[in-house]
Amino acid sequence: MFEICIDPEKLSGLSWLTCYITTPKHLNLFYSVGTVLLLLLITAPTALLFGFGGAVMARSKILLIKIVGNAYISIVRGVPDIAFFLFFVIAIDQLLEWTRHKILCPEWSEPIRQGNDFVVCTAAKLPLSSSPQWIHEVYGFLLAVFTFAIVFGAFAANVLYGAMRAVPKAQIETAVSFGMTERKVFHRILIPQMWIFALPGLGNLWMILIKATPLLFLLGVEDVVYWARELGGTKTAKFTSYPHGDWRVWYFLGLLIFYLAFTRVSELIIDNLMKNLSRGSATLGGDLQRYVGR
Amino acid sequence: MSCLDIIADYGLRSIGLGERLLPRSDFTLCHQFTLIGSGMIWNIYFGTLALASGFILATLLALGKASKKIYLRKLSGWFIFVFRGSPLFIQFFFAYFLFLSLKQSFTFLSPLTSAWAGALFVLFCNTAAYSGEIFYGALQAIPKSDLEAADAYGLSGFSRFRRIVWPTMLRLAWPAYTNEAIFLFHATTLVFFSSFPAWQQRGDALYYANYFADKTFNPFIPYPILAGYFILLTLILIGLFGLANRKLNIHLPKDKHTKIKFRVRLIR
Repeated sequence: MFEICIDPEKLSGLSWLTCYITTPKHLNLFYSVGTVLLLLLITAPTALLFGFGGAVMARSKILLIKIVGNAYISIVRGVPDIAFFLFFVIAIDQLLEWTRHKILCPEWSEPIRQGNDFVVCTAAKLPLSSSPQWIHEVYGFLLAVFTFAIVFGAFAANVLYGAMRAVPKAQIETAVSFGMTERKVFHRILIPQMWIFALPGLGNLWMILIKATPLLFLLGVEDVVYWARELGGTKTAKFTSYPHGDWRVWYFLGLLIFYLAFTRVSELIIDNLMKNLSRGSATLGGDLQRYVGR
Repeated sequence: MSCLDIIADYGLRSIGLGERLLPRSDFTLCHQFTLIGSGMIWNIYFGTLALASGFILATLLALGKASKKIYLRKLSGWFIFVFRGSPLFIQFFFAYFLFLSLKQSFTFLSPLTSAWAGALFVLFCNTAAYSGEIFYGALQAIPKSDLEAADAYGLSGFSRFRRIVWPTMLRLAWPAYTNEAIFLFHATTLVFFSSFPAWQQRGDALYYANYFADKTFNPFIPYPILAGYFILLTLILIGLFGLANRKLNIHLPKDKHTKIKFRVRLIR
């Protein structure tokens, strides 16, 4: 990357390190930090959307929808999370291939489950075996994002459901007495008022989401954990111009610090946001601020 | 081969007793139930020991964080921050590689590179940090009147702590601590999925569930079995902690008993 890095043999100390961590392979590590951030950026709103849907369904007056919503919220609890991740990634993949198989190859007569195999016609394979490597990677990543969104959606639904119930009844009743329709009450009173009650739970969820990102590695995405293991392993002079011993412990120390900093910064931002949103709201936090005279 | 034979062969497979080879074909439901159940031994081992040992450290951490001495406060605060602020997954990896490199200079540390000791140590620190924070919160919430009453009775020092502060702290923290316990058991499934190797295919429940899902390419059987086992374990835990909760609140009138509300967080 830099001029001085052309001949690694002559380098030493800090300049060696600078050249070492800017090798093309290390850039993959830095890109994978981007992957993690991208995952968070896509998953957080998607999960919120899922959560919103789940919460609205759980509040529904129609019994069937109510049951579906409540089942979605409660089914994710009581079971280890990783089991869900491992399950959903295969299950969604098979669901997609099965659907495509039914549509694309209607004349196929053999059963799809043959003993221990899951066989679909070549046209139904996802992604197609002829497609380039990057499509395979993007597909794997999207499956992971979707899985994250389903699992975290259930938790967000739980938080939002609680928050909607925490909105003071008097406010809703006032709105109704002003002649607002149910829709209007929902849009103008319930939704704006709910956020302050939801924020602590959602903030907590965000922290958990950050801490869940290394699980991408289990789902087969080449993320930070993958590259830290890959780059940290012993390198002999035969294959690289930067030989070193087993440095995985240092790489994971780096990751540890990265995550600590990330959660700490998030915590500070959420606290700040909470303070701002509490202003003038009918909660303990809002009351405290009023007495202090802000 | 009847199901009883399979249970005899594989029931204790996860701790190395019984059949050496895992089944390779013709997986029956019985195989899956038996092996995944066998793996639960590890989950219970990790969970119970980490919880019991973590409890002691958690109490010390809570007292340290509430201490007047600044170095104790800083030390416990940082311990809690490090273990609560970073993913357990990364902690496992880091600890494993750390133990690997320490092993070279101190050979007596070599058990720490295998899961039964190394992963247990990480889980111990992790649950101590999470419970320590819970206990610290409870410690701050002890009613002033309780402490004033203790002072009025002339209690001080350790007897004041043992008779008043500690029981009240536990009472207040118990619902949250129950969740922490449930959650710790769920977290034990990460052990063999992080860096700690499963020696001779002796793994935990998730390890075997994953084995079956990989071999049969059918996730719809092993994972629900695993889920069933964990729901059962969770119910047992809630029952046990509920009993302890009753004992802690035995002096209160029946309707004042705090109900434990079951709420589980996700990944740590």
